[in-house]
Amino acid sequence: MTRTILTVDDSRTMRDMLKMALAEAGFNVLQAVDGVHGLEVLQTSTPDVIVTDINMPKMDGFGLIEAVRKDSRYRRVPILVLTTESDAAKKTRAKEAGATGWIVKPFEPTKLIAAIRRVAA
Amino acid sequence: MTVDTMAAIRQTFFQECEEQLSEMEAGLLAMDEGNADSETVNAVFRAVHSIKGGAGAFKLTQLVQFAHTFETALDFVRSGKLQPTAEVMKPMLRAADVLADLVEASRDGRDIDEASYETIAADIKALTLVDGAEEVEEAIDFQPTVIDFGMPEIAIPEPVATPVHEYRVSFTPRPELYANANESVLVIRELSRLGDAEITCDASAVPDLAALDPNGAYLSWSIKLSSEVSIEAVREVFEFVEGEAEIGIESNDQPQVSDADIAALLAQALGSASAPEADATVDAPRVEETARLAPAPTEPTPSETPPQMQMAEVPKAAAVPTQTTIRVEFDRVDRLINLVGELVINQAMLSQRVVEANLAASSSVIIGLEELEQLTREIQESVMAIRAQPVKPLFQRMSRIVREVADATGKQVRLKTEGEATEVDKTVVERLAEPLTHMIRNAVDHGIESPEERIAAGKSPEGTVRLSAAHRSGRIVIEISDDGAGINRQKVRASAIKKGLISADAQLSESDIDNLLFLPGFSTASTISSISGRGVGMDVVKRSILALGGRISISSRPGQGSTFSMSLPLTLAVLDGMAVSVAGQTLVVPLTAIVETLKPKKGEIHGIGADSRVMAIRNTFVPLIDVGTQLGFRDTPADPEHSVAILVETDGGARNALLVDSIQDQRQVVIKSLEANYGSVAGIAAATILGDGRVALILDVDALVTGSFEDQLTAAARYGTEG
Repeated sequence: MTRTILTVDDSRTMRDMLKMALAEAGFNVLQAVDGVHGLEVLQTSTPDVIVTDINMPKMDGFGLIEAVRKDSRYRRVPILVLTTESDAAKKTRAKEAGATGWIVKPFEPTKLIAAIRRVAA
Repeated sequence: MTVDTMAAIRQTFFQECEEQLSEMEAGLLAMDEGNADSETVNAVFRAVHSIKGGAGAFKLTQLVQFAHTFETALDFVRSGKLQPTAEVMKPMLRAADVLADLVEASRDGRDIDEASYETIAADIKALTLVDGAEEVEEAIDFQPTVIDFGMPEIAIPEPVATPVHEYRVSFTPRPELYANANESVLVIRELSRLGDAEITCDASAVPDLAALDPNGAYLSWSIKLSSEVSIEAVREVFEFVEGEAEIGIESNDQPQVSDADIAALLAQALGSASAPEADATVDAPRVEETARLAPAPTEPTPSETPPQMQMAEVPKAAAVPTQTTIRVEFDRVDRLINLVGELVINQAMLSQRVVEANLAASSSVIIGLEELEQLTREIQESVMAIRAQPVKPLFQRMSRIVREVADATGKQVRLKTEGEATEVDKTVVERLAEPLTHMIRNAVDHGIESPEERIAAGKSPEGTVRLSAAHRSGRIVIEISDDGAGINRQKVRASAIKKGLISADAQLSESDIDNLLFLPGFSTASTISSISGRGVGMDVVKRSILALGGRISISSRPGQGSTFSMSLPLTLAVLDGMAVSVAGQTLVVPLTAIVETLKPKKGEIHGIGADSRVMAIRNTFVPLIDVGTQLGFRDTPADPEHSVAILVETDGGARNALLVDSIQDQRQVVIKSLEANYGSVAGIAAATILGDGRVALILDVDALVTGSFEDQLTAAARYGTEG
């Protein structure tokens, strides 16, 4: 079964990179450009994992995670936070919001895939 | 394929950088104006942050480091630790310039001498040291990594002699673990992949069904693990669930301490500030482990599915990101524009044929043709609109010029821009950059006074340069005005006399004196500064504006400043012209040059010398130019009484009358480069194709009037953009 990953990032470069790394590893990739768009995509599709950036316009990663966790359909969808900010405060805040794990940018594809496999059933 | 894709992503990155730099600059300027609302500051922060993120992936170290420094300072503003005062914004704007330079250098694969921006970097760093809030030097909290999108490498087997460690692991999840979508079973599965695992589950805490909370956590596990990996690698399995479970890891033996372990322990001892680096150190061997161990039976691996199939599957499910723009290669747009040009010509030819066929005006052919005409015009306008670009990026570049020149001259200058959304043809935007830069330099260098002079004149020490764009009657009008001292007319006049440009007793109006600035070789600067006086005068600016089919004018009020106003065509692809007949030929006179048309009467024409004539128009005499003889269409001059005189004004403001046989009509013509298709011809700017399929030449009024055709390059450049 091919798994579907929703990537949420406002940077086109990062979306392209994620898509390429994930597609090469055999995942289906859904893309959203910010938190609000991410929630829109979730209205019509059910990803197995969500990978989201933190700093985004309209709705940031924290907002997206909180909104997803409030929705009973997606409460158990693993969410990985993708950010260059590896400081403890951001991770703690993401965890409090309901994040499952994190990936530190710039990611290595193998590391990204490993993190996804760690949380995907 | 991978290399191509990486190159494509790299290209995307730099395109995105341009957008982000533009957004950053706009935001910083807004902040500088005092509009530092949180959305603006956030947008600037995000832009720099994204540049850093992408740059890291491409190992653009210089860019990453500078972006990081800049980002840290922006974060201080974002969190309210730093107020965006003028003193703060000045280095920030300079940093924005450096960042733009670094992006450009990175794109071109160049390195920039760090010494050239270390002062600014230091200034920016200093901002984050205010009120003792000393920022811990994170020294870039991530290591740039080269991205390798190739297949996961088969890990080289560890040396056989590696000792096997015995671990005892206890794992008791709390409800938060499940609430955050982690799964105990996945953690244990990952752990068991590290070696031989003996897993015991303790279900003793599970209550009766009635008391069971579906969101509760009741199970715990103890695992005996025999593995070659270090304790750090074992701990890393629990990375995401730390804090969401009780985790105990004990080692039963005295493992040989590896370098990685020492690094990790050291990092721990040094505290959290440097922990991420430790992560990176420990991660490296672990990734290989995962790559080797990860493939579970249900999981797709690259070797199971051909890449093409994977790619084919992706679009099916991919949600299209909300995009309001698409990127199109410029060549394609140009081709489309050329085709539409052909369409316009074809439609005109068809119309002419139909007229020649003498059909009734009510016939369906005529009605259909009118609709076609309407549609053609709309298509043409729409296609032209594709090439249209806002002047915003051009204007933004000018703010940098202002900063640089102001710094170099010790002046305080603020640039205010208006009408940045005004759109104009891409070629016009591009070719405006140079003259505009020069004029902005001039405005700051020569227009604005030094702060001391301004204070003495009762003005604010900070001068203002205004740059505005607006659409006015089918053209774009760009104005540059400063609130400086204005043009010193005595000085200009004296200088012009000294240089022999005018005679000492010349009667000149104020506007005439101002226009002396545009004469070749004119410079009033008493000392030639390194900023504006590099041998390029306003005459060059004027010539480039004229080459774009534009006009430039100047107005100035002593003590209050000067305004340069430019009017330019919106496109270089079509031209409004008047079709005239001369010796059986059809010629097109650009409408912008025409003042009026007249029917010469007997007595209005006077001969001067052997073959020169002038025409009397309302008490003034203007030279009469016989287009037919001038272009060599005929040997004997035309009889003025059976001709039409077209009063034209040259770009220099001189008036002349062109004598032609008759006027056909006024029309929009598609410009075809004569140089590209034939060769440059004296007095002719370009060509077009008429409805009857014949080629008509577009006159270069300036060259024709001056009679000296030495200015051929300018003339050819004037309309020669479309092939």
